Amino acid sequence: MPEPARAALLVTCLVDLFRPSVGFAAVKLLEQAGCTVDVPRAQTCCGQPAYNSGDRADAKAIARQIIAAFAGYDYVVAPSGSCAGMVKVHYPELFADEPAALAQAQELAARTHELVSFLVDVRGMDRVAAHWPHTAAYHDGCSGLRELGVKEQPRRLLASVEGLTLAELPGAEVCCGFGGTFCIKYPEISDKMVTDKAAEIAATGADAVLAGDLGCLLNIAGKLSRRGSSTEVRHIAEVLADMTAEVPPIGAPANPSPAPRERVASPQGEPGEGARSSRQFAPSPRPSPPVGERGF
Amino acid sequence: MQPTSHSFPANARAGLADPILQTALGLARTGFPQRRQEAIARLPEFEELREQGRAIKDHALANLDFYLELYERNVTAAGGQVHWARTAEEARATVLAICRAANAKIVTKGKSMVAEEIALNDHLEQNGITPVETDLGEYIIQLRHEPPSHIIAPAIHLMKEQVADAFREAHTELDPARPLIDPRALCDEARTVLRPRFLAADVGITGANFLVAETGSSIIVTNEGNGDLTQILPRIHIVITGIEKIVPTLEDAATLLRLLARSATGQEFSSYTTISTGPRRPGDLDGPEEYHVVLLDNGRSALLGGEFQDMLRCLRCAACLNHCPVYAAVGGHAYGWVYPGPMGAVLTPALVGLGEAGHLPNASSFCGRCESVCPVKIPLPKMMRHWREREFAWRLNPPVYRSGLRLWAALAQRPALYHALAGTASRVLGWAGQLRGRFRSLPFAAGWTAVRDMPAPQGRSFQSLWTEQQRRSERRR
Repeated sequence: MPEPARAALLVTCLVDLFRPSVGFAAVKLLEQAGCTVDVPRAQTCCGQPAYNSGDRADAKAIARQIIAAFAGYDYVVAPSGSCAGMVKVHYPELFADEPAALAQAQELAARTHELVSFLVDVRGMDRVAAHWPHTAAYHDGCSGLRELGVKEQPRRLLASVEGLTLAELPGAEVCCGFGGTFCIKYPEISDKMVTDKAAEIAATGADAVLAGDLGCLLNIAGKLSRRGSSTEVRHIAEVLADMTAEVPPIGAPANPSPAPRERVASPQGEPGEGARSSRQFAPSPRPSPPVGERGF
Repeated sequence: MQPTSHSFPANARAGLADPILQTALGLARTGFPQRRQEAIARLPEFEELREQGRAIKDHALANLDFYLELYERNVTAAGGQVHWARTAEEARATVLAICRAANAKIVTKGKSMVAEEIALNDHLEQNGITPVETDLGEYIIQLRHEPPSHIIAPAIHLMKEQVADAFREAHTELDPARPLIDPRALCDEARTVLRPRFLAADVGITGANFLVAETGSSIIVTNEGNGDLTQILPRIHIVITGIEKIVPTLEDAATLLRLLARSATGQEFSSYTTISTGPRRPGDLDGPEEYHVVLLDNGRSALLGGEFQDMLRCLRCAACLNHCPVYAAVGGHAYGWVYPGPMGAVLTPALVGLGEAGHLPNASSFCGRCESVCPVKIPLPKMMRHWREREFAWRLNPPVYRSGLRLWAALAQRPALYHALAGTASRVLGWAGQLRGRFRSLPFAAGWTAVRDMPAPQGRSFQSLWTEQQRRSERRR
């Protein structure tokens, strides 16, 4: 186990809004890797939507906010290659013409990591204590893969998950079509890309698909369920943190009952749909994560 | 050609709905990347070569005036002539003047993207000269009266059935009952038809992959040998190309050639690599009597010294097109002008204007695959972002999009308010979606839910849960 360290979680706006369980899984993994974890309250989003829309002034203002909020920690860790890449690669580009801010951006960039590569490359983690009986395809999120070199690390940790078999996904490195505002600006093209992705996932025969970015996962899960597929979609952190028993997959009902009371109205719904809703929602064995304590 | 880049969304929809195009693109989607991957796997120093390629082009661009003048001196010394063209119009006029002086009736052409850029064929035809494309792909699209859809495989949007139809319509002198099913038969027919035209041509026009300053040479790479016949058989050879094609030495060209074919088609080397230096010399067995080079600027020099200079390194290998998921979805014609894909998304706004081509740098998910395969490491996504910055600064985006973005950005800069709203949104959407776990339609995200479900939030924001948890553990302490 490496030296204890203070890590700050860059939650990311999508995890904050859609899937806090990913954040709690990240906290659990960071603690297992010997870190004490803080979550700075002054964070909202990394600023990527503004940056990629050409709104440099707002992107800079949001970046300054993040730089201030995350000052002083040994590490800044995000459960997203896209947001980590924004801080690590693009903040220094944003401030290229402002020497003082540039130095701060570079200093933050050096401390910032995507979650899974941080666990493996920085903290030396090579296995996890987790059980998940599935055959899963792994999709490489574009920014994590090409900006940060996240490729082998998730596969190495997933290899230690009991019951899990990884299925080779052809085109794992091809974009799923999310692309932030891209999927809103060019919905038909985005649809074609995610349709191809869903077809490739289906062709692997895997009953689950994993990735390290919630943006890709919302896109892929949304397409798979629209196609009537029962493929389980999850963020890798939930699997590595062994939280799959207490948190339903992305796009599955939150409040399951013993009998499959919910059937998809869609005519192409497959029999597998019922299996999702019958997953037992086990109470959390430890005080956190409190995701299991939701009031409904 | 008149650009239609402003209609990119409609063009893209047409491409997505075209079953022939989709079949053709489906074949190309995996073919090119796989062949490239295999070729570079056999060359351990490929990554280092990319760095060298980048450095060679950067050096040439940093000293462009020097090398262009050196090149001109050496072309002249070899008996050739360099013509400088500031605009497409000047380039067309120069080519036409050379053809007229030679009293040319038929002009053969090797594949040239610059000739497409300046719409040379139309101009020659309007002036009574018949241009004949001799590259098979270019010949096919010339028969079909359409622009190329790819910079190295111009007819990639077609299947062999469409090619057969075009041939039957054009080659009326041949037996209408002939079978045209086999690609080989199509190739043979094109060869049979083109052979007499090669011999009849008065002028041959080619592009250039490289111009070598130290020798005054132009280099073309082809796989069909048509380029050689185009430039050797007629009395006059015209090279038409952009000023950015210059490299200092033959050695530099050799380094870039090692990158080019591997990146383009996955070949180690193209079938033909032809170096031309001046016209036929005394004692030469063949070659043209006159050798002209038309050097086109057309907006290129304006990119020097600015944020788009890196684009001038482009070798036109098409690796970025071949690896682009957007290109693979919509095809090249959707981009509405000569240069499609990621390189076109950067270059087209520079050449035809951002107002016309503003969609192109926006229609990217910034997946970064283009940059990762570019043989000269052009940061294509970064430059597309620069165009978006100009678009935002010049207020060219739709007002709804702008105000939505500004509103979101204002919220993102007020963490307390943001967290309160995120917490509420998470609760409301989580409550509304709890039964199914997803939404089949959401009025404010109709673009999303038209084609895919929206997974429902879990019901609480991370920040609100985390704060609660911290308070509880403090009370316990």
